[in-house]
Amino acid sequence: MTSRQKAWGLQALALIGAGAVLAFFAVNAVGNLAARGMVLDYGFLWQRAGFDIPFHLVAWEPSFTYGHALFVAGVNTAFASVLCIALASALGLVLALMRLSGNLLAGGVARVLVEVIRNTPQLTQVVFFYLAVLAVLPPMRQSLSMGGVAFLNVRGLYVPAPTDGPWDTIALATLGVVLVAAVLWRRLGMMVPRLFVLPAVLVAGLALAGWTAGWDVPVLKGFNFVGGVRLPPEVVALVLGISIYTSAFIAEALRAAIQGVHRGQGEAARSLGLTGGQTMFLVVLPQAMRLLVPPLTSQYLNIIKSTTLGAAIAYPEILQIFARTVLNQSGRAIEVMTLVLGVFLAVNLLVSALMNAWNRRLALSGR
Amino acid sequence: MIRHPFLRALVGTRLNLALTVVMLALLAWVVPPLYGWLLGHAVWEAPNRAGCAAAGSGACWAFIRARFALFFYGIYPEPERWRVDLGFVLLLAAGLVALRGRGGAKLVALFAAVIAIDAVLLVGGVFGLPFVPTAQWGGLMLNVVISAIAIAGALPLGIALAFGRRSTYPIIRLGSIAFIEFWRGVPLLTVLFMGLILLPMFLPNGMTVDNLVRALVVMTLFEGAYMAETIRGGLQGVPPGQSEAARALGMHEGQVRMKVVLPQALRLSIPGIINIAVDLFKDTTLVSIVGLFDLMGVVTQSLKDTSWSGLAAEGYTFAAIVFFLSCLVISLAGTVLERRFAVAHR
Repeated sequence: MTSRQKAWGLQALALIGAGAVLAFFAVNAVGNLAARGMVLDYGFLWQRAGFDIPFHLVAWEPSFTYGHALFVAGVNTAFASVLCIALASALGLVLALMRLSGNLLAGGVARVLVEVIRNTPQLTQVVFFYLAVLAVLPPMRQSLSMGGVAFLNVRGLYVPAPTDGPWDTIALATLGVVLVAAVLWRRLGMMVPRLFVLPAVLVAGLALAGWTAGWDVPVLKGFNFVGGVRLPPEVVALVLGISIYTSAFIAEALRAAIQGVHRGQGEAARSLGLTGGQTMFLVVLPQAMRLLVPPLTSQYLNIIKSTTLGAAIAYPEILQIFARTVLNQSGRAIEVMTLVLGVFLAVNLLVSALMNAWNRRLALSGR
Repeated sequence: MIRHPFLRALVGTRLNLALTVVMLALLAWVVPPLYGWLLGHAVWEAPNRAGCAAAGSGACWAFIRARFALFFYGIYPEPERWRVDLGFVLLLAAGLVALRGRGGAKLVALFAAVIAIDAVLLVGGVFGLPFVPTAQWGGLMLNVVISAIAIAGALPLGIALAFGRRSTYPIIRLGSIAFIEFWRGVPLLTVLFMGLILLPMFLPNGMTVDNLVRALVVMTLFEGAYMAETIRGGLQGVPPGQSEAARALGMHEGQVRMKVVLPQALRLSIPGIINIAVDLFKDTTLVSIVGLFDLMGVVTQSLKDTSWSGLAAEGYTFAAIVFFLSCLVISLAGTVLERRFAVAHR
């Protein structure tokens, strides 16, 4: 037998084996569906849902369809993911700076925090915040005030909401400009590094958006707060738990990236007469970014996946709404699970493809 | 000018001094109340929650003491708990043997034997051991069982997938890539739900699978995909000259892989494998969401007990400490393993 025949024989065997397993599952599924008098049909997505979603950022009425519920739950998942990514990055940066500061005490505290946080299960942290911290907060009348604009109590976190004004246009325009500039930077012939300018533009744009907005601040009237937005304890616990957990991993990735830049690079920059700030922003950080992108991507993807922990504390994200509520009502197991898995798989593959592309650009531009 | 390096690291520059002051203030604000709650004013002996509240303002550790056995064994029948202890000791002993860092194939046989003996011990039903259904398994024991089996299954699966992903046969390569990317692209909790909800649909009508077995299968496949990527990294780290030299010596492909490339790749993958083991151990808590009573599930369940209700802070702090210590032990074992195997490496 030639090696060519052997190769095709082996592959045919693998294909037949995998096909047999899949066929076994398919035959059983068809049989089970028939036994229940059902067929595989995603048409239920256009039927009336009839249940309430306790926390929703976009419009929701029980009279809307199941398909609409997928959108509302998806927005909830995205909302928690974005908050977690922002908070985890900020906390991770603080922890990394503490470790890199050269201060013995700050470095020690950061090290202990990182070790404790990352060696404790994420679920334990989320549930701890939910049941041991937020559930024992004072009632409405004795809310903990945060500077008189945000209030924390057993019913959740009350924060100001932006109302009228062109704030959303300005915020979106800023985001768009920053994204386009980030992609086209080199082609536009910009000499100042992106790292320096783009974050500044982003912060300035968002500040302008916030300044032009009218803010609806929550005020205690009688037994309840009027105005603002209520973030229920579920979302606060989920965001705190996931952010704190992931911040420890982000801190380690940041530290490794900055320490991964060869010492000689910084020393050479200093001996050429660059200032400390120039050395950091023009020489060290751009090279550190290259080492940082892959681990940071996987942490952000982990955050998106971790929002499914919301199912443990009944935060209405995709898994909770579909694998629990919708499944219980419609009984469509295969349809519901393929939808949930498909959404996460698609988002993950898309983000990692984008990040890989960006990573390739970064890696090439350096050599 | 401050000369002593210790002092210089604390008060060397103005910025450093400011940082030290801020840190001291932060510690002074957080540590005393934390110490007071954890130990200072903690209550170790009380008949119930009311007794705790009367005796002190700190943590009610009496609750943990009252439920201690439950947290470790679940509702595994009390006269049979020696079986769990013995099984754990056997596993620990095998782990210590592995830490010596020698004996590849013999180690595999040892672990296979220990897992087989442990399975007989825990399940029972033979040799005069009463049968204990998995519905009665619980507590930390369940976390250990799931981790051990999932790692034991994920290692060979990961090795096969890693080789599959590097295969020159397109069908095998694409199949491996699809498998790995699917499991790495979905959250663990959604696939645990899939095992719970979808598995009955895909099996012959009326055939049921034990809840624990479902979780085990899902965990093994999930961790296998991550393991594959770690081992692939290890395979890439083995210089091509190694396999070329092995072929030049007349070894056939199977020997080149199993005797030359894989041992070196596994040695390079040890840190990654330990990371997976730590992550896996923490992730076993997710089974509490799909109806199993691991340590997290048992703690949550005990909080509903009327005489101890509402002691969430104590319960989850205890769980966190147990997981922290366990992860620390796994990491330490990993460091030892890495050092032992590094000796032969230049």
